[in-house]
Amino acid sequence: MTFDPAVIKKDFPLLEREINGKPVVYLDSANTSQKPRQVIDAMSRFMETSYAPINRSAYQLAAESTDAFEGARAAVRRFINAPRVNEVVFTKNATEALNLVAHSWGGANLRAGDAVVLTHMEHHANIVPWHMLAAERGIELRWVPLTADGQLDLTNLPKLLDGAKVLSFTAMSNVLGTLTPVKQLVDAAHAAGAIAIVDGCQYVPHNPTDVQAWGADFLAFSSHKLCGPSGIGVLWGRESLLDAMPPFLGGGNMIADVRLDGFSCAELPAKFEAGTPPITEAIGMHAAIGYLSALGMGNIRAHEADIAAYAINTLKARYGDDITIHGPTDPAVRGATLSFQFKNVHPHDVSQVLDQANVCVRAGHHCAKPLMKLLGSNATARASFYIYNSTADADALADALANAGDLFGF
Amino acid sequence: MPGLEDLYREIILDHYRTPRNRGELAPPAVRAEGHNPLCGDEIQVYLDVKDGVVSDIKIGGQGCSISQSSASMMSAAVKGKSVDEIRNLVRRFKHMMSIEEEDETAPPLDESKPLGDLEALRGVVKFPVRIKCATLAWNTLLDGLSQSN
Repeated sequence: MTFDPAVIKKDFPLLEREINGKPVVYLDSANTSQKPRQVIDAMSRFMETSYAPINRSAYQLAAESTDAFEGARAAVRRFINAPRVNEVVFTKNATEALNLVAHSWGGANLRAGDAVVLTHMEHHANIVPWHMLAAERGIELRWVPLTADGQLDLTNLPKLLDGAKVLSFTAMSNVLGTLTPVKQLVDAAHAAGAIAIVDGCQYVPHNPTDVQAWGADFLAFSSHKLCGPSGIGVLWGRESLLDAMPPFLGGGNMIADVRLDGFSCAELPAKFEAGTPPITEAIGMHAAIGYLSALGMGNIRAHEADIAAYAINTLKARYGDDITIHGPTDPAVRGATLSFQFKNVHPHDVSQVLDQANVCVRAGHHCAKPLMKLLGSNATARASFYIYNSTADADALADALANAGDLFGF
Repeated sequence: MPGLEDLYREIILDHYRTPRNRGELAPPAVRAEGHNPLCGDEIQVYLDVKDGVVSDIKIGGQGCSISQSSASMMSAAVKGKSVDEIRNLVRRFKHMMSIEEEDETAPPLDESKPLGDLEALRGVVKFPVRIKCATLAWNTLLDGLSQSN
């Protein structure tokens, strides 16, 4: 099967929509992705036929619901090649997954003066939980800097990692599109005696993921960026680490026993899944993983490298020095997430003008304010491409940008 | 769908291109800072308040055409005015932006004087996402006036 975004697009009902008689050009998938009919149908069918509580009741419907929920967990395990299914913890989103690790693992293992190494391209979700821990117990935060073209500058990595307990980093920048050398970073962390936490929120939806090949210790990602519903995310962690960690949220489902004088925790993964989980959302995420896997994660990656190259070349050919595209230009080390500055037009105004052509891009700081500061601006416009975007969408972006130049080109 | 001409009026682009009262004022001038947490826009408003009158105002920071032009027009509109007049003007501006009054005990709005250039920002209401851009400077001004009390 050839990978044809025009055919794939037909699976996405929202992308059939027209606004003011013109089609929607959705270039905001790094923010959140659109949903294929297969995911929408799976969730509707489940609610129409099998929805019931999980892990609590003995009747047939409850057993069916529990099986479906655990089926989703098994699908996630295969999708990221995790060794064991009980290492897959469902969370609300990737942000909660990272908070879980910082709070639970960090709370149990980090003391005043211990160092946590982050990078300058992290999302706030991989910065603020560590700031919170620093405020609480005085840990030290260290930062891997960037090269001029928006890759990690690993020159001083061994020094940064010297004596550190944690290296927590993104596998793909949500602003620059940069793919980071995950295996190399994990190995460096382990060589220094630190654990390696991978923020896979941007990477996992767009690339083949193999946590065993990486040798990582934790991986966080969300469903809504990989064509699944919002409201569910994943923390994968090594069983030995998860087992030794204290629970995060307390409540139903996460306990083995509760007495007046205390409680004991359930086994993994229930220990980290307090309360009724996002059940229908897990079914939707399972369908999304099935959908992406049928397309082939390798094919998806190849498509996005192609479209990143096409979009960069098209925009540069048309606008030359009037457009600055942040991050690497080599498609081998980047995904199809392009942050750019167009002439001296503020990103908010760029986005407003593009909206007249139904071209949907994000304008703002992308929840990465430290990185914005490095780029020397408060905001960028960001166009991000996915499986349903074709070269025609890159052309539509380039065409619509001309209007911003006409209005603000002074 | 409203057209871009409803938003980007020529007078707005003029204030964006040539912002009035840019700069800083040294202490004891009041300095207030505002952020739009959604887009990262930031603004500094410096105020010299003497005998209940804003004798000078300067604007710093960076932002989109709407936030910058609104700040520029605001600075021109409030310079030399009394604090009471300015508070009335802020209420009128927010009213134009369809923002409901929080203080039900506030005196009735005095709408006797024309809004002048500020009228050009009326079109922003048709683009609800941008209302926060237009009001950033005004909320920061209120913060500065409170500090000067």
